[in-house]
Amino acid sequence: MPAIASDGELIEFVYAEARLIDEKRLEEWYDFFAEDGCYWVPLRRGQQSGRTENSLMFEDKLLLKVRIARLRSPHAYSQAQPSWCQHILQAPAIEDRGSTTGVAVMRTAFLYVESQQDHQEIYAGVAWHHLKRVGERLMIGLKKVELLNCEAALPSLQLFP
Amino acid sequence: MTKYRDDPDSIRSLVRGGDVHRDVYISPELFDLEMERLWHCAWIYVGHDSQVPAAGDYYTTEIARQPVVMTRAQDGEVHVLYNRCAHRGTKIASATSGNCGAVLRCPYHGWTYRLDGALRTVPLKGGYANSGLAESPAALGMTAVPGVAVHRGFVFARLSRDGPDFAEYFGDSLSSIDNMADRSPVGRLEVTGGTLRFMHNCNWKMFIENLNDTMHPMVAHESSAGTARDLWKDQPPDAAKPMVIEQFLPFVSNYDFFDKMGVKIYDNGHSYTGVNFSIHSKYSSMPDYEAQMEAAYGAERARAILGEIRHNTVYYPSLTVKGAIQTIRVARPIAVDRTLIESFTLRLVGAPDSLLERSVMYNRIINAPTSVVGHDDLHCYRAIQEGLATDGNEWVSVRRDYSRAEDERGVAGIYNGTSEVSVRGQFRAWLAAMTSGTQVR
Repeated sequence: MPAIASDGELIEFVYAEARLIDEKRLEEWYDFFAEDGCYWVPLRRGQQSGRTENSLMFEDKLLLKVRIARLRSPHAYSQAQPSWCQHILQAPAIEDRGSTTGVAVMRTAFLYVESQQDHQEIYAGVAWHHLKRVGERLMIGLKKVELLNCEAALPSLQLFP
Repeated sequence: MTKYRDDPDSIRSLVRGGDVHRDVYISPELFDLEMERLWHCAWIYVGHDSQVPAAGDYYTTEIARQPVVMTRAQDGEVHVLYNRCAHRGTKIASATSGNCGAVLRCPYHGWTYRLDGALRTVPLKGGYANSGLAESPAALGMTAVPGVAVHRGFVFARLSRDGPDFAEYFGDSLSSIDNMADRSPVGRLEVTGGTLRFMHNCNWKMFIENLNDTMHPMVAHESSAGTARDLWKDQPPDAAKPMVIEQFLPFVSNYDFFDKMGVKIYDNGHSYTGVNFSIHSKYSSMPDYEAQMEAAYGAERARAILGEIRHNTVYYPSLTVKGAIQTIRVARPIAVDRTLIESFTLRLVGAPDSLLERSVMYNRIINAPTSVVGHDDLHCYRAIQEGLATDGNEWVSVRRDYSRAEDERGVAGIYNGTSEVSVRGQFRAWLAAMTSGTQVR
């Protein structure tokens, strides 16, 4: 089996995905996830399971949909003053082109800034994208975001690192 | 400026029946006094003994801003010690948890202590030959916290030498912990899955008061639970609900639901909502687990255990318990407007993993710093903290279902679920602790 996409396409996908979040084009971002896609922010280093261990986020598409629809709701009081975010990505590294598994794996170190009114938080971490082909499109099977300070006492983290 | 420290009457004037003065939430002096009086004399939750399963295991936390360490000694006994070297004051255990072997050893000069805190060795001891060390405070080792009690694995400590007895302090409110433990076919719980740690920039009481506040979910959680409801509304009534929908939907139940749920108030600030049913009552059944429970307890007793579906129980002032879903939250006050909330999941030992998965999902979607439910709660607490800065009105109203008769007869009893009586019960306990003359500084 050949690689599931060219290197350029894989790398551009990771950049485009972060940009959609930063621009709050969240419905388009949602469509980047495969039907069985998952967005995971573990609570601990080396965490094995999102089902039997606590995570910051472990979202299937239904939960993502609730989150996105809530952000559009006039009753989302914690967003009366909206939060905005910015991903600063290091060049994504291609860990696996998916030639044997059909799943390409990308590793991207990042800084993530979330800001609301006078408050700004800066997070660092590594994002792992597991990408696959669904028809013509590249889609996210899993986006796993390992925050450097995942075990810290955190304030409200309201968008998507 | 000390306005309250030496004036119990001025503290008494802060709580008047159905109104509470704003200073209880915003005065740094009252916060310090709370730590010295209320949090000093109350039984404070430290941790669960499953967090220190083997000899030499330790777990560190704080009580009233003071570092403590819970240890498991060789004889299996659990101890709670002030986490401080007797020599120069170094905090000894600095990791959250670990195993220290047979002794706790100070990282500075290497003094060692037994797991019950007794001083074991001092390097180059000859230097103390005629120094009077044996008669000095240092000879006592790491000071043990005066009161320690373990109930079904839940370890509580009381910093004051004198104060209420553990069983008397909590009374029958311990039935919520019992019910959670009884939900294990072998009657045991195990903390597992990591700690969600959510920093709240608000006074600790706002969090505690909210746990049995049933007038806010349909308002504050309309954006999260209401959104989940709307996304699900076109499904046929008999469609199997995904677990996440099952957990979100009851938050936007109507006022009647929360009112009929009922609230039970105990002395000393403890209470639970969900006397008759709760937001957890309609979760899908788990036949394998229920069969296991019947085999363990007999059909009737198993039904009674699983039929007790309480909402939140507040073990005033530090612990809140959700027995029906096996999660607990612990409040650690840091400053008058800063509180760390730590949330834990508990495995029902012997039960299938599906129950732990349910607890983990609930804990994540409700209690995490990333929770869409938690975001709106914290937004409201913070908004109170900011609103109370206004001079337009110095009083906070907690008057729902109040009557003057309550001042005489006390608050213990069962009430309609939307009453603010649980908050008034907490302030009765608060006032008693803050004004009694017996507290140690």
